[in-house]
Amino acid sequence: MNVRIKLKDIFFTFFKIGLFAFGGGYAMIPLIEREIVDKKKWIKKEDISDIIAVSESVPGAIAINSSTFIGYKISGRIGAITAAAGIILPSFIIILAIAMGFSQFGNNPFVQAFFAGIRPAIVALIVIAAINIGKTAIKDRIGMVVAFITVVAVSFFRVHAIFAILSGALFGFLVYRLWPSKVKIILEKKDDRHDLS
Amino acid sequence: MIYLKLLFVFLKIGLFSFGGGYAMIPLIQNEIDANGWMSPAEFVDIISIAEMTPGPIAVNSATFVGYKVAGFLGSLSSTIGVSLPSLILILAVSRFFFKYQETPLNAMIFYGVRPVIAGLIGSAAIFVAKTSIFKNGLTVEVFNSVISKPANVLDFWGIIIFVVSFLALAKFRVHPTLIIAGAGIAGILVNTFVPVR
Repeated sequence: MNVRIKLKDIFFTFFKIGLFAFGGGYAMIPLIEREIVDKKKWIKKEDISDIIAVSESVPGAIAINSSTFIGYKISGRIGAITAAAGIILPSFIIILAIAMGFSQFGNNPFVQAFFAGIRPAIVALIVIAAINIGKTAIKDRIGMVVAFITVVAVSFFRVHAIFAILSGALFGFLVYRLWPSKVKIILEKKDDRHDLS
Repeated sequence: MIYLKLLFVFLKIGLFSFGGGYAMIPLIQNEIDANGWMSPAEFVDIISIAEMTPGPIAVNSATFVGYKVAGFLGSLSSTIGVSLPSLILILAVSRFFFKYQETPLNAMIFYGVRPVIAGLIGSAAIFVAKTSIFKNGLTVEVFNSVISKPANVLDFWGIIIFVVSFLALAKFRVHPTLIIAGAGIAGILVNTFVPVR
């Protein structure tokens, strides 16, 4: 296929996915399956779990990570940039439009009541996300303790989130170095984390 | 210069955000606090809007915060900033990823980091709850008077919306977009028909 047509195709396919991906990264996976695997046949269905694995292991938004990775698989570096631009632009345009309007409507009492009602629902959404992620991220009692310490430290002692992440990495490294018997147990348990699709 | 500042702040946020949008909330909140960009309530409104619109929460909140702080160019700087780590790292990493992913050291570092991510998402829930379910934030006073005088520290309607949303999501698997719309309407109804909150 002509390279330019292909890039255009990549851009608009990801633009479309970005436009309908309510709820961010994981909500995007079924859309990717439909558009990229079934319709375009750019990647295979088995690739999806690899894509999730890479996207979770590298920092950054899952949606951008997975799009970049798929774009790279389809058409190299330029494909990666094109796919990333396609996935980012719909959000950027929509949010920009809302942000411009929000300065005018933000003080309207109805708008304020609307947002006051939404906030507790957002708490519920995030709690459920924490539970879901916790199910795969917390594998034993030590993990439970680490997660609990993080919540207390970040929420009540204003510990910086980046410090918390680096401490977690250091903790993992120290266990690796100082506690080989535990490492063996943990690595043997390494499991089915990626079959959530 | 504010644009460079936004670019670097969101670059840092992108670089340290594992586990998608929610885990990013405490990181963004750290930066907003440090720079005095907006109040917690304003940031929660942004999270609500990010939740209601399609696309990655990371991009949505970067665009909105950037626009609030420094207009169109501000939103452009922060969106590019939050996306760049994904682009660069995925391009750099994807080729060797699968060889490297399986090393015990890498597995152990993630063994330490993943529970922290779950904890960060828990902290994000508490952060939003502080602006909705708890009337005056979450302080020692809450723990002291939650049994004796709950009305002083807890928002009654907030708790109802939280519980209903939680059940609808966890038990009946209602789509998050519907839940948010419903909660917003509930907010308007409470504001209209319940004179004193």
